[in-house]
Amino acid sequence: MRRRAAGPIDFTKLVVSGIGVAMLVFVAWRIVLTASEGTYGWPTYASQIVFGLAQGGIYALIALGYTLVYGILFMINFAHGEIFMGGTYIGFFVIEAFAESGFLQTHPLPALLITALTAMLSSVVLAIGLERIAYRPLRKAPRLVPLITAIGASLFLQYAFRGLFGTGVKVYPDTHLYIAGIDLLGGRYDLGGVTVRPIYFVVFLLAVALMLALWLFVQKTKMGKAMRAVAEDKDTAALMGINVDRVIVMTFALGAALAGAAGVMYALYNKQVTHTMGFFPGIKAFTAAVLGGIGNIPGAMLGGFFLGLAESTFPTLLGLDAQLKDVIAFSLLVLVLIFRPTGILGEVLSRRKA
Amino acid sequence: MASCLSARKVTKRFGGLIAVDSVSLEIPERVILSVIGPNGAGKTTFFNCISGFYTPEEGDILYHGRSIVGYRPDSIAAMGIARTYQNIRLFPGMTALENVLVGRHVHLNAGMLGTLLRLPGTVSEEEKAHEEARRLLDFVGLAGSGDTLGRNLPYGDQRRLEIARALASEPGLLLLDEPTAGMNPQETDQLMGFIERLRDELGLTVLLIEHDMRVVMGISDLVAVLHYGTKIAEGPPNVVQRDAAVIEAYLGTGGNGNGQP
Amino acid sequence: MSDLRQSLRTATIVGSVMVFVALIGALTAFADEPIVSGVLTLTQLILLLGAFAAGYRTESGRRGREGAILSMGLGALSGAAAMAFLGVLAVIVDLVNLRSVLVNATPALVEVLTLDRGLPAGLGVLLAVGVVGGALGAVWNRIPGWFRRELSLGGAAVLLIGILRGKGLDPWAAAGLLAAITLGAYAYSSYGSSILDGYRRFERGNESMTRLVLWTVVAAVLLLLPQVLGVYATSVVDLVGLYALMGLGLNIVVGYAGLLDLGYVAFFTIGAYVTGLLTSPAASTHLGLSFWVAWPVALAAAATAGALLGIPVLRMRGDYLAIVTLGFGEIIRILVMSDALKGILGGAQGIIEIPGPVLGGFTFIKPQHFYYLILLGCLAVVVVSRRVSDSRIGRAWVAIREDEDVAEATGINLVRYKLLAFSLGASFSGIGGAIFASWVHAVFPNSFTLLVSINILSLIIVGGIGSIPGVILGAFVLVGLPEILREFADFRMITFGALLVVMMLARPEGLWPAKQRRRELSADTLEA
Repeated sequence: MRRRAAGPIDFTKLVVSGIGVAMLVFVAWRIVLTASEGTYGWPTYASQIVFGLAQGGIYALIALGYTLVYGILFMINFAHGEIFMGGTYIGFFVIEAFAESGFLQTHPLPALLITALTAMLSSVVLAIGLERIAYRPLRKAPRLVPLITAIGASLFLQYAFRGLFGTGVKVYPDTHLYIAGIDLLGGRYDLGGVTVRPIYFVVFLLAVALMLALWLFVQKTKMGKAMRAVAEDKDTAALMGINVDRVIVMTFALGAALAGAAGVMYALYNKQVTHTMGFFPGIKAFTAAVLGGIGNIPGAMLGGFFLGLAESTFPTLLGLDAQLKDVIAFSLLVLVLIFRPTGILGEVLSRRKA
Repeated sequence: MASCLSARKVTKRFGGLIAVDSVSLEIPERVILSVIGPNGAGKTTFFNCISGFYTPEEGDILYHGRSIVGYRPDSIAAMGIARTYQNIRLFPGMTALENVLVGRHVHLNAGMLGTLLRLPGTVSEEEKAHEEARRLLDFVGLAGSGDTLGRNLPYGDQRRLEIARALASEPGLLLLDEPTAGMNPQETDQLMGFIERLRDELGLTVLLIEHDMRVVMGISDLVAVLHYGTKIAEGPPNVVQRDAAVIEAYLGTGGNGNGQP
Repeated sequence: MSDLRQSLRTATIVGSVMVFVALIGALTAFADEPIVSGVLTLTQLILLLGAFAAGYRTESGRRGREGAILSMGLGALSGAAAMAFLGVLAVIVDLVNLRSVLVNATPALVEVLTLDRGLPAGLGVLLAVGVVGGALGAVWNRIPGWFRRELSLGGAAVLLIGILRGKGLDPWAAAGLLAAITLGAYAYSSYGSSILDGYRRFERGNESMTRLVLWTVVAAVLLLLPQVLGVYATSVVDLVGLYALMGLGLNIVVGYAGLLDLGYVAFFTIGAYVTGLLTSPAASTHLGLSFWVAWPVALAAAATAGALLGIPVLRMRGDYLAIVTLGFGEIIRILVMSDALKGILGGAQGIIEIPGPVLGGFTFIKPQHFYYLILLGCLAVVVVSRRVSDSRIGRAWVAIREDEDVAEATGINLVRYKLLAFSLGASFSGIGGAIFASWVHAVFPNSFTLLVSINILSLIIVGGIGSIPGVILGAFVLVGLPEILREFADFRMITFGALLVVMMLARPEGLWPAKQRRRELSADTLEA
């Protein structure tokens, strides 16, 4: 028993790899099986891919919030899903008011713009408040402490919204925006047996545009450079005259703004708003961030789209029950962490030792 | 005399940087060997290769003739190699006594069953371990501090506790990473005497990273010099002291006199 | 001038918090909860405490302490200003219909905020409450510490008993209780230590005897408790016990080994479903075995699941682990609920007709019966926790929590010890699941949500992470109190969330800290 060396062949590594290989074999086997049955044709997959891209864009936008904060503070902002929820919720009251006054029907574009900006602003306010009250005092605490705080904050925000605005499900009003005779937001068109909803394209394109904007911000602006410097080394950045607190607040704000925008886009096709709506998108976006390599901005984008596509196509592709959709994200997470713990684009961070 | 540890052309790279470049080193039994070199010479990386934190890309490390490359740190510790750290790493929330008891871990056999049922074997083993741990605290001069939390000990005591924890595993080879860092001359003198006692009384082999030349010249049987990851000299202290390459490394390329940062 | 600003800034913070409390409906909900009948309701007490807090903070934030009148004035101003926020809220709610957005902005709220006197007369009363409360808060800061402690103890006793009685205390009884507890506490603090010293001396002389007496008393209380408490209270105690049992299990994983497991409910689910499958004649397996056969299997299944989940995830860094375990908990719930496994696990209908344990012809049915089963489980788990934590295994866990790399270099096999912590914690949860299934006679997927994991995590953090008595205390506070105070049920989760944040910010060691942390605190004070 004593002094039994584990040896260069590591037992646990073997077991872990075994589990991973078994999962991959299962996936391959199901895909071959489904393909040979040929029940589903290209139209099915095409519409799933389009939906997956839109959903993936939402995941990617939320994932960016996780990744930005993680890149700088090395903490998982567990309450980020609630920041997404908060923006969507406040956005609901704005768009509802526009719908009742008829402004949404007559001037959909400005109405939507104001809704989105309000949602983004609400998310930003929530995130900054959260950082100031709950996270900042704990910056030097052991890792578990801010994580537990974040879980508490997440719970608090969920039930604060429930307490303030009631338990019922809010439904975003139907919105129509005609450009060149096509209803971009509310339309459903039949194209050779496939139902096409232009909104999915709109959401996908908007998500890409927002990501580009973020990318430019981080790469080109002074604040973006300061953010990268703080992510690299907080102490040195402070010595170089960078106001670290301000950069951290800015990071939370940026991530929150993206989440708020994502929230309105999400609600435009998903309609329902509840106090718990942030939970699953939040967890999945985190998964996406890990898939892509947490702390890595392009990684979060890639991870988001990958997860969105996987969720929309895998149930049919693998011949699984659609109820098991949520299982896919978590299984992917485990697989990635087994085979490539740093994510798809993550660089190999040398573990700081001794 | 057989070697306690022999490193053969050990190479460790980080990306493009070669931290340890084909270093070979023979450490005979019961000697104090100091590894010196300017900052960034790869000394700590070399230590980390021995203790299993890093796996070298090339070369082999033999402990008592057996290769330890690729084994996990806990297996290497169980083989009898113990270490301390440049910036003290105690278990800060555990008492001094508990720190030493953790050090004895590899010599205890208590399993779940014995622990839950308080089997006589487990109980007596635990009592002996406590006894041994107190004896070690006494040996390093921390007799009265057993119940103090690691983080609440004074700096010098933390260093000593770290050594006691390493000794608790009854190692055959002890790696000390800059044990005198931050100590005043008196404390340093004490520690030098202490390290010599480890060799003479306990028969330990000690591998030492040290910047303070007084310590190096005072207690080392052998000295090895690393520079930019390569070994540039090796031998008894007075020989190495006069080695041209060493003087060049310390004086010629921007190092200051005694190698202090 | 700066004093004035400080007083108004405090009022702004307190006022905003009070407005938030009003808008989530807490004030309206507690309006029918008398503390002292005819005199004080819980809502009124909250208003008064808000003003009090504003006054207290204002005074404690002042640089100089001179001028009793000035300090009372500033406190009163702060309290009144804080209440003014609520006054403005009342006026707004009265004038504008906000109910389509803020569900609690109701006429009932206006009524509560104006202390049933209506607008505008009620506003004066509200401000008066602010003035009185704020001034009291300022005074509170200036009275001796010992008196403050005793008086707050008395106040807390009146509050607790008043709430528990449902219809509140009679004013005279309340005054009497307050005086009695305050004086009692004063007497204890004056003479208590000498009495305690006397007892200690006595104990030293008669150690085995006093210990015997002590344990006999504890045992008698524990054994007789359900006979005294009645059915409802016993079932609350049962629930507390069940949560304490599982909390002690999670405590091993989180408190000792420092692994944040957010999917702890998964093992509870596994324990419950295994028990259901083995014992219920209505389950797909039709086995109908005895509970005594089922629980060891449930334990083993949960422990195995813990190890199986552990192998791939334990190499991850702490925060990844939290999310993956959370995902695992959700996977188990989704699988249990899914149609794919409906044939075996019953889908959303779950498993019904799970029999209670039978012992020699006697069937466990009533909460009083399960009390003893749960008590036995808790005792076993306490013994296991204590023995393991004082051993080589427990030390290895704490070492891993403190510094994983160093622990490994000291010879601790990380994977083995983490797996051990994971499986041991999981097996406690499995037992909890087994008892739960046979207690409620059915398992439904909806009983096994993430909130169970969060509840258990909250109770060990509030009680004191790594501390056995802390976990039990945490179970009483976070599981027991909300069950007794049903009016609080709506505010339970929001309180938990706030508690988690506040505890981490202000008292990360919990209400009843572990031995180690306390030692450290006392050592720190010695140094200071």
